[in-house]
Amino acid sequence: MRLTCPICGARDRREFYYQGDAVALYRPAPDAGVDAWDDYVHLRDNPAGVRRELWQHEAGCGAWLVAERNTTTHDVLSVSLVTDGTERGA
Amino acid sequence: MDELVAKSPCAGLLPLEIGAVRVEEVDLGVLTTIAPYAGQAAATSDALKTAHGMAFPGANRMTGKEGARAIWFGRDMALLAGPSCDATLAVHAALTDQSDAWASVTASGAGAEAALARLVPVDLRAATFKRGHSVRTLVQHMNGSVTRLGPDSFLILVFRAMAPTLVHDLKLAMEAVAARG
Repeated sequence: MRLTCPICGARDRREFYYQGDAVALYRPAPDAGVDAWDDYVHLRDNPAGVRRELWQHEAGCGAWLVAERNTTTHDVLSVSLVTDGTERGA
Repeated sequence: MDELVAKSPCAGLLPLEIGAVRVEEVDLGVLTTIAPYAGQAAATSDALKTAHGMAFPGANRMTGKEGARAIWFGRDMALLAGPSCDATLAVHAALTDQSDAWASVTASGAGAEAALARLVPVDLRAATFKRGHSVRTLVQHMNGSVTRLGPDSFLILVFRAMAPTLVHDLKLAMEAVAARG
């Protein structure tokens, strides 16, 4: 598996650290309430198919990346920098 | 305390020559990472040009020449190797002295590419990785920096504490390449 880092180019999976679902970019407001925080911290869907995940180019440039990846076909659909801002949610 | 003797990271381990590869330790001089503040990339490059004669390197590149190099070192970061970094850069970028933090070696010779191909998961062949190209990548399992200095010469940097591991990994790779004849 290879990911194309927007900074470094196509690199081997070994250079990257996998963090998990990109939900971490959508942190609720401090006063969003128990349900929102429960959902944010604990509740995850586990679908087969396209996932949005956080990866870090740990052994490369160090940037945090959002990778869109299909878990059934192993296709990597897109990789973008978290700092592009387009990934930031509510 | 008096008469303290500086010990280089690979003291007693190098040089090493096996087959068509020679690995030597190099003293790059003072090492300083330059990390431009937000929006200061162009100003940092100008200041670096004025002070040390080379532009801030783009991703996967090295600028400058022997004695004063700027090696791309990660996102929004370059490593100035050689001169002590001029204070004028501190206006535009965060400067960190890294002089004693890195082990630096060169691998050279006709077999250097083949030996590194066993350790580095990046295509380092001359067709795609030319002189002045540089990558942050893995050297076996260690985070490091690999730069092409010449047709058959590479500069390799890893954390200083990993120097014996680097030499060990290079030695195994060199022996394996040499064994193929």
